[in-house]
Amino acid sequence: MSAADVVAAVTDPELPMVTLAELGIVREVREDGDGVTVAITPTYSGCPAMEAIRDDIVTALRGAGFGRAEVRTQLSPAWTTDWISESGKAKLAAAGIAPPGAAPRRSAGPVPLALGLPVESVACPQCGHAETERISAFSATACRELRRCPSCREPFEHMKEI
Amino acid sequence: MSFDDDAYGALTDHADDARWAYGTGFADPLAGVPTAVPDGIDRNDLATYCLMLGDDALVMSHRLQQWVTRTPELEDELALANIGLDLLGQARLLLTRAGEVENAGRDEDALAYLRDPTAFRNVRLAERADEDFAHLVARLLVFSCWRLPLLDRLAASRDPVLAAIGAKGVKEVTYHREYAAQWVVRLGDGTDLSHQRMRAAIDAILPLAAELFEPHEAEVRLAAAGVAVDPSVLRGEFDAAMAQVLEAATIETSEKTTAAAARRPDGPAEGGPALGGQAQGGPAPGGEAPGGQAQGGPADDTGSGRSGRDGVHGPELTEILAEMQELARALPGGVW
Repeated sequence: MSAADVVAAVTDPELPMVTLAELGIVREVREDGDGVTVAITPTYSGCPAMEAIRDDIVTALRGAGFGRAEVRTQLSPAWTTDWISESGKAKLAAAGIAPPGAAPRRSAGPVPLALGLPVESVACPQCGHAETERISAFSATACRELRRCPSCREPFEHMKEI
Repeated sequence: MSFDDDAYGALTDHADDARWAYGTGFADPLAGVPTAVPDGIDRNDLATYCLMLGDDALVMSHRLQQWVTRTPELEDELALANIGLDLLGQARLLLTRAGEVENAGRDEDALAYLRDPTAFRNVRLAERADEDFAHLVARLLVFSCWRLPLLDRLAASRDPVLAAIGAKGVKEVTYHREYAAQWVVRLGDGTDLSHQRMRAAIDAILPLAAELFEPHEAEVRLAAAGVAVDPSVLRGEFDAAMAQVLEAATIETSEKTTAAAARRPDGPAEGGPALGGQAQGGPAPGGEAPGGQAQGGPADDTGSGRSGRDGVHGPELTEILAEMQELARALPGGVW
């Protein structure tokens, strides 16, 4: 198994149904003389899972017999939910987390300030109903928000587009 | 080993130490990021600038964390904890960068936990204690309406680390600003009582904005070199966003508030040099310093200048640091 395959198969500590590769945070895996160097991109500036992810990558590489494993942070370009793969999105949906749509595009000029609820269609991951409502723009982790479905009445989480 | 299989086993899984506790050697958040300083840039200026923006985020984050367990609803606990966490992340990157550029062996923890109040460079808006939820959302709104255009411009900095922090942070502060703005509108355009309290909060907080646009000498030099953002250029975008929110919130600010917001925090608008003078310590002439907390008392006169950027803070920062630094100072280097 190559180092890239080992790293790609490590799962996210907060979203264990998806791998780091599916989440789109692995930028580079390089095998050199005596070990492996991995570059990962943080999802959010304060993401507390970064240390756990770094630790899990090192543990997986050592477990697969690679001697030296080093994980470095790559800040730029900033991570976007557009980097989550189609299989990653499907696994999120299967786990009851509505996957993100396309990230918003910035136009030139000041960042617009939205005072109303965002106009976006997020389908219910439980029953498939197309229109759901936001309860809160925040949830248990930085990357998710809380919504509810008016049809099946279930609350659910949605991974925010960023 | 994972929590799903064996939670108790996972807790004592020593191959996995870094996951479990503060003080177990978390790696630095800039691990592997290129750390060269751009040509022709004064290291002291750059370190000072990183401290300014980092301290703003760190102190504001601590104030937000104090709201956890005290908000009206669970959803707002989550919101404030998440916003505080984003700002803490920005602070970690900026303090780490400050430590590297300074090159005196201080890491993010040494800078956060072992500096005295006069060494902190945050604006006073960040340290102000919130009297109620309306004060909190007013303060978060003013802070975000200023920090957002700042980070947006910082994304074009010649310093690659600041540019990356700016590009990342702008996405985060966009939704911080939305959260605060939506609450200001909901309370301002709500019942008579909520309107009255929201308006009082805006009147108390907006005058603190004056300090945000007062450039520090290091900012001016770094801005000229294409590394920092001169905060005085942010005024137009700040005013436009504030006006949009206050109009929707049906809040008209008093002339007194508007005049105070446009003035320098500790002196008359036409006064002497903003920097390098002695701390004057007293409230602004005209006596409109709000609330009597961050600004009302004599300013700490051990700083060399006159604003939070020069290390002149109110007693509220001392309170914050006493809480935040207690453990690290009681058990220096403690690991468990």
